[in-house]
Amino acid sequence: MTSSPTDLTGTKTVAAGTGDTAEAPAATQAAGALRAGAGGTWQALRRDTGAMLGLGYIVLISLVAVLAPVLTAISGWNPYEFDQSAIDPNLGGMPIGPWGGMGAEHWLGVEPGSGRDIFARIVYGARVSMGIALSATALTTVLGVSLGLVAGYFGGRVDLVVSRVMDFLMAFPALIFMIAVLSALPASNRSALLVVVISVFGWPYLARIVRGQTMSLAQREFVEAARAAGASGTRIVFREILPNLRSTIIVMATLAVPGYIGTEAGLSFLGVGVVPPAPSWGQMIAASVKWYAVDPAYFVVPGTCLFLLVLSFTVLGDRLSAVVDAQEGR
Amino acid sequence: MPRFLLTRISSGLVVLLLVCLFTFVVFFALSPDPAVQICGKNCTPELIDQIRGNLGLDQPFWTQFFLFVAGIFAGRTYGDGAAAVECAAPCLGYSFQSSQAVWDMIVQRLPVSATIAVGAAVLWLLAGLVGGLLSAVKEDTFLDRFTTGLTLTGMSIPNYVLALVLQYVLVVRLQWLPFPQAVRFADDPVQWFGNFVMPWIVLAVGYAAAYTRLTRANVLDVLRENYVRTAYAKGLPQALVWRRHALRPALTPVVTIFGMDFAGLLGGALITETVFGINGVGKMAADSIARNDQPVIMGVTLLAGFLVVVGNIVVDVVYTAIDPRVRVNAR
Repeated sequence: MTSSPTDLTGTKTVAAGTGDTAEAPAATQAAGALRAGAGGTWQALRRDTGAMLGLGYIVLISLVAVLAPVLTAISGWNPYEFDQSAIDPNLGGMPIGPWGGMGAEHWLGVEPGSGRDIFARIVYGARVSMGIALSATALTTVLGVSLGLVAGYFGGRVDLVVSRVMDFLMAFPALIFMIAVLSALPASNRSALLVVVISVFGWPYLARIVRGQTMSLAQREFVEAARAAGASGTRIVFREILPNLRSTIIVMATLAVPGYIGTEAGLSFLGVGVVPPAPSWGQMIAASVKWYAVDPAYFVVPGTCLFLLVLSFTVLGDRLSAVVDAQEGR
Repeated sequence: MPRFLLTRISSGLVVLLLVCLFTFVVFFALSPDPAVQICGKNCTPELIDQIRGNLGLDQPFWTQFFLFVAGIFAGRTYGDGAAAVECAAPCLGYSFQSSQAVWDMIVQRLPVSATIAVGAAVLWLLAGLVGGLLSAVKEDTFLDRFTTGLTLTGMSIPNYVLALVLQYVLVVRLQWLPFPQAVRFADDPVQWFGNFVMPWIVLAVGYAAAYTRLTRANVLDVLRENYVRTAYAKGLPQALVWRRHALRPALTPVVTIFGMDFAGLLGGALITETVFGINGVGKMAADSIARNDQPVIMGVTLLAGFLVVVGNIVVDVVYTAIDPRVRVNAR
């Protein structure tokens, strides 16, 4: 349907996902599969300051997300609690004190208007951001890898159908359609819906690369040997080919996460994502738009958290793909 | 060439029809009854039935879908008698909330969205190409690493965060830019420019970063090609090798991506327009979500789909003109 001309020339394309553009890793040439194991990759990554800083921040935010109830118990405020004493009704609900009311009582200040604790909302918002992005990545990866493998290995009619569906989904105005679907659907269980909707439009970008690599791997001797030994198609695909795609999949998944974090935050920002009062970083930033001139701390806190998380995943993915490319002798 | 174009157009039409069907299914099957919404307060079951009848909502799915598609080409009339509403030829639906045909609403706001898209595109193409070329020429120097860091940052910053930061710093703090006011270009060019500078920058940053990376990677790839080595071996000066042999193949992929990105943006930059309060197609869509004005959301979805499909076709045609390798394949 719409195989873009870049496919013909075999040059790299940018995965123009959902607003965010991320460069597809140059791993399209599978031929020189994995020789160095995961250990080598980890050794190389450990020497990279940027990758380690990113990983550190990701671990930190993951811990924060997991430990959210503990952390809010320590800080003393839950994310839904209104604190009228922290805002000034004479100033239209502005937080009392500098930096949006930051201090010993409210560590990261309070929301103007309601007085809800920003630290508590950030901590619980981390659950939403990480939870949705990681679930969406997991689902996309499962879909993308299995469909890519099947299309690449079995070819023929299966490949035709899968490829057509991929072309269609990639030519689809994904963001606006996600918005349309989410706005039409009832508001119950938005998180699961977000994961499904993001994944439905996300898997072709991985599947396309997996398909290409599978096609070239299927010509290799070890696959032929397995086939000669009487292994079934399923066994060849999952036992012989899949292990060789490991590095590609890890790199693609890491590079997909920041896009999904941004998509979730963007959809929540537009009011079709996570439903209030459940906190999400994107939604917090949306709420801060009205206050940006008088209470900048209100957008700076969630904005910085979000930016750093996306940056961490982007840098980690970038370094990971560089390391893997180097190992594969490109 | 004409046959190639014909296949592209027909496959584009299929995609569009599917987009149409997809969107229609979603709104038909999943959304709350629009008749109830239109009816509003003081509603009676008879009134709802009457509205349903007027809108054709009592018809089976395929009839409704056919009426909708036919309306795009021939226009349609909602209801009858005194309450009839005319929706002229490219009828993408009718917003009963704002008593306007969706197409008219889009046409009113399209110039604003186009202004944002064009301005941003100029910025990101310039920044991306220059940045990518410089980065490739100075591979593995400080400049290259600096650019790489900058592009990773640019790719990572969500545009609404950047928008708020810019607004706070440039408008509130430094007062370099005026507070946005709706003005015509002819009346007050300075204010007009001030309104659009920030949206341009905000939209351009992410794309500029991606284009820089793409350009750099492509140029480096091409420079490793045998024919470039041959060109050097012939004794051609560097400038000539770059101009004649390296740049064209390196930059063709940029054309593909650009066509798709730009077409996508024309259909409205929802977030950027919303943050800056600019009355384009994107803000209209975002506002319609809040009001649950489904015909508008659906109309904008279709428009976006149409633009992406057209963008794809244009790119393919341009591609055959600039890349001889494709020209052979496409015949």
